[in-house]
Amino acid sequence: MISNEVKQRLISIVGLENYDDSKAGRLVYSYDATPQFQSLPDAVIAPRNTKEVSEIVKICNEHRIPIVPRGSGTNLCAGTCPTEGGLVLIFKHMNNILEIDEENLTVTVQPGVITLDLIKAVEAKGLFYPPDPSSMKISTIGGSINENSGGLRGLKYGVTRDYVMALEVVLANGDIIRTGGKLAKDVAGYDLTRLFVGSEGTLGIITEATLKLIPMPETKKTMLALYQDLEAAARSVSQIIANKIIPTTLEFLDQPTLEVVEAYAQIGLPTDVKAVLLIEQDGPSEVVERDIKKMEEICKKEQAVSVKVAQSEAEADALRTARRSALSALARLKPTTILEDATVPRSEIAKMVKAINEVAEKYNVKICTFGHAGDGNLHPTCPTDARDREEIERVEKAFEEIFAKAIELGGTITGEHGVGIMKAPYLEWKLGREGIAAMKAIKNALDPNNIMNPGKVFAKSTRKRVVITR
Amino acid sequence: MTTAKERKVMQQQFKERMNEDELMNCMRCGFCLPACPTYIESGFQETHSPRGRIALMKAVVDGLIEPDEDVERTLNMCLGCRACEPVCPSGVNYGHLLEEARDIIQQNKKYSLPVRMLRKAVFGGLFPHSHRMRTITGLISFYQRSGLQRIVRNTGLLNLLPAQLKEMEKVLPKVPTLKEMKHRPEHLPAQGETKRRVAFFSGCLMDTMFMETNDATMKLLQLAGCEIVIPPAQTCCGALHGHSGEKSQAKELAKRNIEAFEGLNVDYIITNAGGCGAFLMEYDHLLKDDPAWGERAKAFTEKIKDISVILVELNFHKKGLKLPSQVVTYQDSCHLRNVMKTSAAPRILLQSIEGVEFREMKDADRCCGSAGIYNIVEPEMSMQILDYKMEQVKETKATTIVTANPGCLLQMKLGIEREGLSAHVRAVHIVELLLEAAEASGFTVNQQWQMPEHIRKTS
Ligand SMILES: Cc1cc2nc3c(=O)[nH]c(=O)nc-3n(C[C@H](O)[C@H](O)[C@H](O)COP(=O)(O)OP(=O)(O)OC[C@H]3O[C@@H](n4cnc5c(N)ncnc54)[C@H](O)[C@@H]3O)c2cc1C
Ligand code: SF4
Ligand code: SF4
Repeated sequence: MISNEVKQRLISIVGLENYDDSKAGRLVYSYDATPQFQSLPDAVIAPRNTKEVSEIVKICNEHRIPIVPRGSGTNLCAGTCPTEGGLVLIFKHMNNILEIDEENLTVTVQPGVITLDLIKAVEAKGLFYPPDPSSMKISTIGGSINENSGGLRGLKYGVTRDYVMALEVVLANGDIIRTGGKLAKDVAGYDLTRLFVGSEGTLGIITEATLKLIPMPETKKTMLALYQDLEAAARSVSQIIANKIIPTTLEFLDQPTLEVVEAYAQIGLPTDVKAVLLIEQDGPSEVVERDIKKMEEICKKEQAVSVKVAQSEAEADALRTARRSALSALARLKPTTILEDATVPRSEIAKMVKAINEVAEKYNVKICTFGHAGDGNLHPTCPTDARDREEIERVEKAFEEIFAKAIELGGTITGEHGVGIMKAPYLEWKLGREGIAAMKAIKNALDPNNIMNPGKVFAKSTRKRVVITR
Repeated sequence: MTTAKERKVMQQQFKERMNEDELMNCMRCGFCLPACPTYIESGFQETHSPRGRIALMKAVVDGLIEPDEDVERTLNMCLGCRACEPVCPSGVNYGHLLEEARDIIQQNKKYSLPVRMLRKAVFGGLFPHSHRMRTITGLISFYQRSGLQRIVRNTGLLNLLPAQLKEMEKVLPKVPTLKEMKHRPEHLPAQGETKRRVAFFSGCLMDTMFMETNDATMKLLQLAGCEIVIPPAQTCCGALHGHSGEKSQAKELAKRNIEAFEGLNVDYIITNAGGCGAFLMEYDHLLKDDPAWGERAKAFTEKIKDISVILVELNFHKKGLKLPSQVVTYQDSCHLRNVMKTSAAPRILLQSIEGVEFREMKDADRCCGSAGIYNIVEPEMSMQILDYKMEQVKETKATTIVTANPGCLLQMKLGIEREGLSAHVRAVHIVELLLEAAEASGFTVNQQWQMPEHIRKTS
């Protein structure tokens, strides 16, 4: 609860119009894109600059009021669901691109900038910001940094982490710190920049970020390989990489996913094959030509039934857009859509696909799979109905088994969607007790009163590890 | 203000009537946010976004929140433009959810006596009755022609009206007289070879206030090779009712229209107003709980086509139309684009005219803020949206703004007035420009609709 006195102090910082504790105003910040989580905050606050953020945080720290920093709420781990109430802090005023530095190849932004807007702005200057989560047309840079988001171009270009050079952060005590810089090299002390990337709003509030840019690749080619055998598709992925080709994009979609995506996008995707790989390469045209040709050969050797190269950028873009809509389009099938984020080493992708299908059969649940196959990052997705408790239980069991399998294959429980509340009970499976203890020590040191996005990442209790019996 | 008891009743009806599967279908991905004009213009307020509105409706159903003033406020603030639908990968049918929620709220609302009377008069007593629509329009006609308009404008009487209506008064089209409106054609032959037999949905406002637009539409259809049937038993489409929470009346109108157009043996039913066409096209949804009407409604909706689509189908754009050199831009009608999925045909037609330099404005697909009666009930937001629109128009340097719906047309005219551009910028309905081009290129209808001699003389 926020007392009237605290409320007045907060209003005096941000102004009346930027503090909302109406029922409707709070309700629309009670959820994010994660199904089955909803909880009302006590108020929603929209600071206009870093100084205001710092003042707000000081008051919250003094009164032990939880703060949930929120971008566009598209995360899939209940990371912005205010389960402990408190303040939801939004960045609708802090959404400017501050500088595009063409000499140092950097861009400096406020956290509320929409990722796609940033990409477009730098591309207008012939520069390239590769991390492109499928949600980029609405997700923010602040959110992407805090989830360390990946995207379709991750295989070759890496994820958000690889592009964050410097941050301005408001700590839980209200201190404002700056980490990193526009520097190619910097070993002055701990790498705090990296610490804050992927910290899910639990360590501090990012109020400014300087991101690395690279020159735009000269050309780009896109192709689609069709398979009647899931594992053949997965094998192609490993083979491409084993042949020392690193394509920009190597995405996997299975048949049920293709069907719904085609229903939405209507671009003539094949729906009569078991799986497709969406493959892209960029760079100098000779390299692109050579790699595309080689990959075509590999796919055919691995029993692709056909391989089609997109004839125009418009066609290629339609394919990418279709792939990006996969998750939301799957949401058409059933009222509730639960998706997972298991990730394994690339070499294990075929085994993982096989295991997912076996688990689906075992628990009699429908699982559609798509994902960043080249990153070993799959999104097994289950269309279900939250009202059907019995089925939901089976779905949960199935996913637990998928997590366990991923770890067994040397993988992780989440590749890019973060831990939040969703995966918190499973974190220990990946990190071990000691790993959790080390992370908690960092959290306690930076946020001793546990006001920064409390309840996330660290679970009250760990799920018992399922034992896979086969 | 609603009382606690009223809110309870409403909440119960939300539970009973809202389509829960459709509500749950929203996975809260937020992909619709960048397309929503009210989200953008409110400075990114989630309460004024599609995702937020759906969440609020669902929360009322779930009992998490009462249907209080704030909930009603955000639903009122929605333009109903449905720009959130084509961008939604989950296929959430937001328009239907909104319609149902508004209906529940309206039906339970205790309006003050004058408002109640006005609503009753307008929705029940005016739009469904073509003769009354004519009478009202006739009064406006008298006002415009008798010199009264000049007097009123000169005396400053208009200053008594709210700013919004005052500006509206200026942009009303020159409306036909009562007599002109009473004598409408029921059948027209095609010019030359008959390529299609179509029915024309003439609409209530369109056949009165915008009669010239209707006449132009029919001439174009004739020129394109259509034989036209205009069944006199047809009535208002019911869109205004449906969007304002008067659903049961909308259903009655739907049934009358379905009956009126049944058995005409036509290829299509042609509309020239995106707002009407979209509503007609969804009669099957409107009557979904009425099994006796299911098939009939479906047969009806499958025939609905916008004028621009049939013109392209009949190669009207290959006729070699010419106009004096001018820059033209096109403002999408939201419902034509988002519900009738028609956005290419009008552009193809405009681009085909020699002399026309077609310049696409930025965000042409974003609502202009007219949205039925939105510009009257939510003037502030409506004008903010319009101002943004006019900025984009000015960027193109267009001298002709083309629209495809009467509401949009008035709104664009209002925009032109507000920007003080009326000296060199005009707004027209697409059929008017096409007819202008056809006539300038030497195409005229031989057997056009002629008002009986004695009526023309006296009017
Ligand atoms: C349809 C769909 C597709 C997606 N595709 C991808 C994908 O391809 N790859 C991928 O990696 N993810 C994907 N996601 C997940 C999600 O969109 C990304 O994680 C995204 O970057 C989150 O951005 P956001 O602005 O919505 O952040 P939010 O969801 O609002 O927040 C995410 C986290 O960041 C914290 N946070 C936000 N801003 C700040 C700040 N300024 N300071 C401190 N903490 C902050 C929040 O507390 C929260 O923990 C997808 C989600 C959806 C719904
Ligand atoms: S309406 Fe559609 S696009 Fe908007 S949040 Fe819901 S699912 Fe996403
Ligand atoms: S109908 Fe238009 S105004 Fe209403 S929520 Fe959808 S996009 Fe926004």
